Order: sequence, then C-alpha cells, then structure tokens
Amino acid sequence: MEQISLSHIAIIAGILLILIGLWGILTKHNIIRMIVGFSLFDTGIHIVMVGVGYVKGKTAPILDEAVNLKNAAQEIVDPLPQALVLTAIVIGLGITALMLAYALRLYQRNKTLDIKNFNDLKW
Amino acid sequence: MLKKIFVLAILAVFAVMLFRSYGLVGANEELNEIATRYAQKGPEEVGAANLVTAVIVTYRGLDTLGEVTILFLAASIIGFFLKTKQQNEKTSENVRKTSEILETAARVITPVIFLFGVYVFINGHLTPGGGFQGGAILASGLVLMLLANPVKKVNHTIISLLESISGFSFLLLGVLGIILADGFLDNTILGTGDFGELISAGAIPIIYIFIGLKVGSELSGIVSNLQKTQKEEI
Repeated sequence: MEQISLSHIAIIAGILLILIGLWGILTKHNIIRMIVGFSLFDTGIHIVMVGVGYVKGKTAPILDEAVNLKNAAQEIVDPLPQALVLTAIVIGLGITALMLAYALRLYQRNKTLDIKNFNDLKW
Repeated sequence: MLKKIFVLAILAVFAVMLFRSYGLVGANEELNEIATRYAQKGPEEVGAANLVTAVIVTYRGLDTLGEVTILFLAASIIGFFLKTKQQNEKTSENVRKTSEILETAARVITPVIFLFGVYVFINGHLTPGGGFQGGAILASGLVLMLLANPVKKVNHTIISLLESISGFSFLLLGVLGIILADGFLDNTILGTGDFGELISAGAIPIIYIFIGLKVGSELSGIVSNLQKTQKEEI
C-alpha cells in the first residue's frame, strides 16, 4: 500500500467538506445554516481543485530564487487550477454576500428564517 | 423517511463521483501541455515572476474582467436590495458604545492594514497575492473602522467614484493593448522590464492596482450597505 501523503489528506478533507456542505444544504431548515453549508461546499471544491493541480515534489509557481528559470516547467506545480480557484473564491464571496442580503430581506419581510415557511415557489 | 433516503443517495453519488479525484492526486509526474507552455514562455512573454498572476491578468485576462463584472453585479444588487427607505438620523442613541481598547487599537491598526493591502496588490506580480487579495484586505480595514465607530457614515460618493474610475481604467488598459500591442489586455504595452523587479511585467502592476482599488471599494460598499441596514430596527 502506498504511503498517504499530505496532498491525499488535503483532498480527503476537501471531499468531506463538500459532502458536509451538501448535507447542510439538503437537510437544514434555517436559511443561514443553508448559506453556511453552501460556503463549506465552496471551500471544499477549492481545496479539491488545488489538490488535483498538485504535482509531486514540485514547488509553488512563483519564479524566484527557488526555481531555475531555464528549467521552470520541471520544478513548479500547475498554475492554472490556482488561478481558477482564485477566481472562484472571489465569486463565491460575492454570491455568499448576495445570499446573506437576500436572507436579511426575507427575515425583514416575513420575520422568519425557516425555509418551510417560504412556499411561494412550491407547486 | 423517504426524504432521508434521497439525501443519503445524493450524498453517496457525490462521494463516489468525488472519490475519483482522489486517484488524481500526484498521479501526474509532470505538467500538462498548457502549464508547460506557461512555465516556459511566461517569463519572457509576460515578465511576471508569479505565474498565477501572469495567467490571471494576461493569459486569461478576459476571465478576470468577467470576474470583476460579477463582483460588481453582486455588489450593486446588494446595494439595490438593501436600499433603505428614508435614512432617519436618530440612530446614534441606540448604538452601544464601543470599548476603549477596540477604538484605540483600530486607530493604530487601520492605517497599517490599508498599507498592507496596497503592498499586497502592488507586489502581485512578484509574490503571492494580487488585486483581489489586496482589495479584500482594504475592505477588512474598513470593517475594523466601522466596528470601532458604528455610527460613522461611509461616504458612498467616494467609494462609487473610485470604483467607476478603476473599472474604467482597467478596461481602457485592455483596449490600449489592442492598439499598441497584440490584443485585448496584452500587458506588453509598457515593456516587460527586468524580470523580478517591482517595475516590470508591463501593465500587470497597474492593472492590479486598479483591480485592487475596485475590489476594495466594492467590498467596502457591500459592508457599508449591510451596516446601514443593520441600523434599522429589524
């Protein structure tokens, strides 16, 4: 059996975060808790994406003294997933803020945060 | 009961689907074609020591423009959504006074936080960091200011002016890339300079300064909108 490395632990943590977040979204009745679940889901996906871009034994994609410029492709991990995750973090932040503002408005109007009391869209 | 089974089934499907990515970790011994090209050609084409920055601002600059647009959209929807009716001025009495420690500490720390935020986005092409992170740090400085002085009103004119100017300048730099260099958001309009120096990588530091200011002012706008709504009795 091969050794479990740090990156495997990171990916397991990411997968667990995704599942916990999904569970929270599906089972919780309080809107704030659903938003927390969404946030966990988001974070888990980021961890899994960065973990998948990892290349064994390579360093961060920043070309300073630690990296030989001629041989950079052999010494760094994939910069692309990291760039995409950076994009995803910012968008996740915007969406979380939007959901919280929506939750605030719903609470102001209906004085409740229980999702069971909102059945306007139920057919 | 049926609901619980459904939830479990969905979780199981997701777990199986995601577990496949477990096998991908460390499976590839070397970079794929695109990443190899970025690593080999990046330093001479873009001149940024931080390859992630090179990918974000230049190679996939259009994505970043979309991202900034999404953030702007989120901020403006929040502003529209939380729009308060007739701001009444009698808010100051019912706000609890903040503690001496927080107030004094905020006075000392806030300038340092702002300075750090500016440092992070100016050095985005050399060290980990960049416009988005620096902007978030700027906004966190504003949060500390508001915590220390909850009745303080944030000047929305300055925030929206800053935001529009930096957004417009970002676009303008992109269009200048079409005219002076090879395409939209090409950073070589200013010459790539010495690799690894502060003034290098063409337009990347300038673009990141604008992105940092824009993100900082957008997040500050969100925070101050939420703060204004909080003042109304809920």
